[in-house]
Amino acid sequence: MTEFIQQVFNGLSLGSIYALIALGYTMIYGILRFINFAHGDVFMIGAFSGYYLGIMFAFSSGGGGTSLALAILILLGAMAISGLLGFTIEKLAYKPLRKSPKLTILITAIGVSLFLEYSGQLIFGADPKSFPSLLENKPLINLSGAVIGSNPVVVLITAGLLMLGLRMIVMKTKIGTAMRAVSYNPTAASLMGININAVISFTFIIGSSLAGAAGILYGLNYPSIDPLMGILPGLKAFVAAVLGGIGNIPGAALGGMIIGLLETFVTGYISPTYRDAIAFGILILLLLFKPTGLLGKKETEKV
Amino acid sequence: MKKFFLSLVVIISGLFFTFSGCNKGGGNEIIIGEFASLTGPNATFGISSTNGLKLAVEELNGSGGLLGKQIKLITYDNQGKPSESQTVVQRLIKNDNVVAVIGEVASSNSKAGAPICQQNKIPMVTPASTNPEVTAIGDYIFRVCFIDPFQATVLTKFAINSLKVKRVAVLKDVKNAYSTGLADFFEKEFKAAGGEIIEVQSYSAGDKDFKAQLTAIKSRNPEAIFIPGYYTDVGLIAIQAREIGITVPLFGGDGWESEKLTEGKAKDALEGCFFSTHVSTENPDPAIQNFISKYKAKYNSMPDAMSFLAYDAGMILFDAMKRAGTTDPEKVRNELAKTKDYSGVTGKISINEQRNAIKPAVILEIKGGQFKYKETVAP
Repeated sequence: MTEFIQQVFNGLSLGSIYALIALGYTMIYGILRFINFAHGDVFMIGAFSGYYLGIMFAFSSGGGGTSLALAILILLGAMAISGLLGFTIEKLAYKPLRKSPKLTILITAIGVSLFLEYSGQLIFGADPKSFPSLLENKPLINLSGAVIGSNPVVVLITAGLLMLGLRMIVMKTKIGTAMRAVSYNPTAASLMGININAVISFTFIIGSSLAGAAGILYGLNYPSIDPLMGILPGLKAFVAAVLGGIGNIPGAALGGMIIGLLETFVTGYISPTYRDAIAFGILILLLLFKPTGLLGKKETEKV
Repeated sequence: MKKFFLSLVVIISGLFFTFSGCNKGGGNEIIIGEFASLTGPNATFGISSTNGLKLAVEELNGSGGLLGKQIKLITYDNQGKPSESQTVVQRLIKNDNVVAVIGEVASSNSKAGAPICQQNKIPMVTPASTNPEVTAIGDYIFRVCFIDPFQATVLTKFAINSLKVKRVAVLKDVKNAYSTGLADFFEKEFKAAGGEIIEVQSYSAGDKDFKAQLTAIKSRNPEAIFIPGYYTDVGLIAIQAREIGITVPLFGGDGWESEKLTEGKAKDALEGCFFSTHVSTENPDPAIQNFISKYKAKYNSMPDAMSFLAYDAGMILFDAMKRAGTTDPEKVRNELAKTKDYSGVTGKISINEQRNAIKPAVILEIKGGQFKYKETVAP
């Protein structure tokens, strides 16, 4: 039982990171109907922003730091940098191609992804870096041997707050309403006087800054970062978005959690070698029976 | 279209000849090739070994060179990948016309490069690949370090006699020949010595999340955990083990040897853990201390076991060339095989029939991020 509780917690903290990345995929798909394959690398840039900001704010590389205020500042800084990057990518790479076939823009996204990965290797170096410990990890809960540290809890809470914030923006604000309108029908939305370009830019900024936040949380939980770290989590988050129903925001969050838990359980109870095979096999089965994803509906309100 | 391909062929073959022509001359030079992981997840392996080898080359060139010629070292980065290792070894032999190859630290990479050296009958000396299969590839492949069955014996003795543990869990890297090999040898030895392997879990190099495996290990209450991996993964594993409340000591082999092992949070997580390796920098032996001061003067950093071994790998190769009186690969190979009691910086080196070196191992303890000498185990 102890082992089970611990595994659930391991899975949730991993899943919440996937969920944050998946949100960006799903939002951009909702607006533009295209998969932004560079999204995993924006996540990597987020982690590296945190690394360099951490060093700037006098955290020694990997050394201890305990100031909550500084940690939040670094989180916000990394989100801003990633948001800016997402904005720039859209303006430079995707916007000129908006009228081109979907395949062109998809290939461009792969190009942007490779560009970020290998410029990362050139600039940051290919060897893994030790992420500064922004918050000290203290054993928080000890349930008859299942030790739950403070960092996974911080990850869960931060991810939860960010998702709540996103929900507020999408459902309660004017720009959120505009996003939903563009997602529903871009032509009609522009006829109603909605500035489509602004909405798309905003979506990229929000989605990318969430990926940046995921980068920081990842570094907090698994303190070794490298320029190719975004590939696999990016791919898995994409699958999470599809699993939850692409274009559906709560679906992405749910999908991320499910993938995180599945991976952890397969690794812990069956075999780490088959981790991805079994986790993705289950996904294929799920999608066979529910092709629109768990929460996706045929005519759902998409953002 | 046909014309296009034809011109392409002409251009490519033209390029090939230009490049292959470059290094043919070399009348006053002996060209030695090295492949090493200068970048990638295990970059310190390649950087340390290349630095050690360069020191050997410079020293020899400074004292008049070899056979009246200067030695030229060509080092290519394989990014720590087996596939890349094949490419660069091919390039060293075919384009740069090297007369011998030095490399690699990681056994998976050595195993990728060795068959190419063997096919072309170019002697290869690996400084630090401990997997037994590496030198079994052919009679042109040598090593200057001990092999993993011996390392497993050393670790078993240490676990039972010094750590006094009987119930051990193993966490190995399934993608890595060194890790799976050492894990298998250890399991066999440890069981034969009366110990119990209570859990075997695995991961793949590059994984960042080990909590699921560690949670499974923790539920079996081992007295110690054996992790035969490389330093990058070991650091992360240790951090996560401590996070989920595993307090027992962790121990491993020479793959832990890197100053980056105890970087960041891993410093506290690995406090009081142990690993076996080739040499201790605390050893007062003048050969070792002399090497350290030379290395420090040149690179302004401490050498690790890989630097020592690469220096020795270079030196026994040059010694064999001196004895052969030529750089003819076959004659050099024959002399390499005859190496006996060569005094290297890592001790006396004798090459046995399997082209392996028989040498003692040391156990180091991690204290405050430093590697402290614990004991020496003779073969």
